Amino acid sequence: MEQEKLRRLEEKCIQDCAPPCTAACPVHVDVRSLTGHIARGDFSAALKLLRKTLPFPTIIGSICDQPCRSHCNRSLAGGSIEIAALERACAFTADTPAPKILVLPARDKRVAIVGGGLGGLTAAFDLRKKGYAVTVFEAAGSLGGSIRKVGGERLTPECIEGELAVLEAIGVEVELHTKADVFNLPDFDAVFAAPGAAGGSQYLPVDPITYATAREGLFAGGSLLRDAYSPILSVADGRRAAISIDRYLQNVSLTASRAGEGSLQSCLYTNMGSVKPAIAPPRSPNGFTIQEAVQEADRCLQCECLECVKVCRYLEAFGSYPKKYIRETYNNLSIVMGVRQSNALINSCSLCGLCAEVCPKGLDMGSVMSDARRIMIGQKRMPPSAHDFALRDMLFANSDASALCIPAPGKDSCEYLFFPGCQLSASAPEHVEKTYALLRDTFSADVGLMLGCCGAPADWAGRDDLLKQVLDDFSVQHRRMGSPRLILACPSCSRVFRRYLPEVETVSLWEVLEKSGAAPVAAPAREHVLSIHDPCSARNDGRLHESVRIIVTNFGYTIKELPLSRQKTTCCSYGGLMWFANAKVAREVIDRRIRESGDDYLTYCSMCRDLFASQGKRCLHLLDLLFENDVSSSSSRACPGWSQRRENRVQLKRRILTKLTGEVMTDDACEHQQEFFIAADVQAVLEQRFILAEDIRQVIAQAEQTGRKLVNPETGSTLAYHKLGCVTYWVEYSSTPGGAFSINNAYSHRMEIIEGVKS
Amino acid sequence: MTLDSANKAPWHCAACGIPLEKAKVQIAYLGSAFPVDLLRCSRCGIVFIPEELALTRMAEAEKILEDK
Repeated sequence: MEQEKLRRLEEKCIQDCAPPCTAACPVHVDVRSLTGHIARGDFSAALKLLRKTLPFPTIIGSICDQPCRSHCNRSLAGGSIEIAALERACAFTADTPAPKILVLPARDKRVAIVGGGLGGLTAAFDLRKKGYAVTVFEAAGSLGGSIRKVGGERLTPECIEGELAVLEAIGVEVELHTKADVFNLPDFDAVFAAPGAAGGSQYLPVDPITYATAREGLFAGGSLLRDAYSPILSVADGRRAAISIDRYLQNVSLTASRAGEGSLQSCLYTNMGSVKPAIAPPRSPNGFTIQEAVQEADRCLQCECLECVKVCRYLEAFGSYPKKYIRETYNNLSIVMGVRQSNALINSCSLCGLCAEVCPKGLDMGSVMSDARRIMIGQKRMPPSAHDFALRDMLFANSDASALCIPAPGKDSCEYLFFPGCQLSASAPEHVEKTYALLRDTFSADVGLMLGCCGAPADWAGRDDLLKQVLDDFSVQHRRMGSPRLILACPSCSRVFRRYLPEVETVSLWEVLEKSGAAPVAAPAREHVLSIHDPCSARNDGRLHESVRIIVTNFGYTIKELPLSRQKTTCCSYGGLMWFANAKVAREVIDRRIRESGDDYLTYCSMCRDLFASQGKRCLHLLDLLFENDVSSSSSRACPGWSQRRENRVQLKRRILTKLTGEVMTDDACEHQQEFFIAADVQAVLEQRFILAEDIRQVIAQAEQTGRKLVNPETGSTLAYHKLGCVTYWVEYSSTPGGAFSINNAYSHRMEIIEGVKS
Repeated sequence: MTLDSANKAPWHCAACGIPLEKAKVQIAYLGSAFPVDLLRCSRCGIVFIPEELALTRMAEAEKILEDK
């Protein structure tokens, strides 16, 4: 990934942006963390945090004019947070000793501050901390300037003296009753003129960004630049001047990188949709008590975006948010030697695109992760196990055992070609046959049939080589059929064809069924409420969403929409091959989705249906409504296992060939195949371990033919292993009285056994 | 790396008719090879990898090597 692209992507994630209060504060007090500490009752941590930004927190807490408050998101739901009052509360409540201020080693430069108001004193504080010798000249008999006038009862002289004592403690020199001439201070390397509101405009013009004047080494700022007195702007002035003077004395650019200073517009988005109104607690005359402060701080919304993380279990599961994930992904792709810790992050995304739908900036992490997978493939750094099973399943779906392409019966080509997709054939092969028959009725028989996989798993795995192979093979067959219009039942196929073979005309099966007015075998006997789960690959197909809803309604069912549907639907966890890369998160994704409603779900993707069913959700495929007599029992149909799915595809091809062409597939191996049985509990373990019946058959065949196997003399059971492709499978089995085998257990590993090493 | 197969399963080699014995066996993945203590037939070399070893330490080692 290019650095520039990385930055462009990172910039789209706004979670790191300062919340409105902090952005609006001219010195960017971290209000969100402050209220967080106070809400937890930790006033000491709150005060410590305040001191990081404010030199005199008690003074500011007492008199701050709070430009932040009008930006507070809470203003829309009960009134802005009383931020200054909370600052004051923690300044007076916190039981912390006077802070130890770290002063950097002395520098050989002297700075004069002319004017002892808030601005001048802030500059003095900041510059002294940096190690400069600082002298404050104040014409009056005390420091503080305007704060003594605006402070009123809230800010007693004792309190002011207490706060300003820190200046003396860190070694700022103060000359009271001294009216210094800013143009005539030859002993100083730089001068900050901060004469306060009464100072006049004798130093103008002043650069509004750097506060530099036309005179070398003289900087000017503070209330003289404004009509009205603002304590917090005075602090900000002092800070801005201190930064400039430090840069000036170090002889570096005064103007570089200063856009982040002063009041800013926040770019953070916070969803206020579910925020309940809450008003501030009544305040005691002397300010918030501890309890009141905690209560008020608790009203803070702790503004953040996380729109994507809230709706995506995958993004949530890795514990952070896209900006960090993008950086981790980039780092992962840049590692030359070392552990690639973000492989799981990259391979676990379903690539479903929901994040882009909900993101205020449209950031699509699916496309980030899809690109990353392709880069990993290019670098030969993709973990071999990540997508192996799914890709082998794709190859099987397109192998002679289960793939098929036939024209309309009795013809050489066809006007339409029904492409049900590999997973509908795997899940409900009888529905493929019935749909094909229905389509031939609808289109006067001129419909061919193609069984196979569109290549979506290769696309998800980032395997462009395999994808191209699948699409090339498809194109050859498609042309042989006379380039017919494709009728697609699976939204993932639809997405692949539209994206990679835009020249192929496609139409959704559901649009065809809607227009043809197909009638269900059985109408619902009583009201049957269905919640529609739109497959994620159909996210942007509004026409399809409508067709499905029209069909469901016409069939007599009542639709109750899920909170996340249509364009904002979620993935079932099969997308992006999440299921194979991260089964744990995939299960959580399913679990979260199926808990959204107690109603039966209705979907139009076989994998969605089967995966929801696999975790006990009553779920129907749209073809169940059309073809099943007992829809209620169909909704609890079990999810066929991986082996069964393959077997269903094989048998489907056989039945169709026999029925439509009279051809009977021969299978030489069939006659010699050893029969074996797998108990349901063992089968469940095999499913979890992605071990197929075919793998087991091959291990047993190899063991029985060669005699290379282990026996347990106590139990009589046999254990054998055999390497198939990159995986070594172990099968423990026993003979049954009928001469067949019963499978007790199976497991696998990818490490290779190098035999023949002598001990 | 030492993957100690402490499993005491009484497996015998079916072809040679003798019990397996402890031996050092090389296992390899993605270009890295490691000796492991496994049970092996001293005559024909057939080995035994217990389920627990395959599913825990071997699986972890595979992951580490895949992420390297």
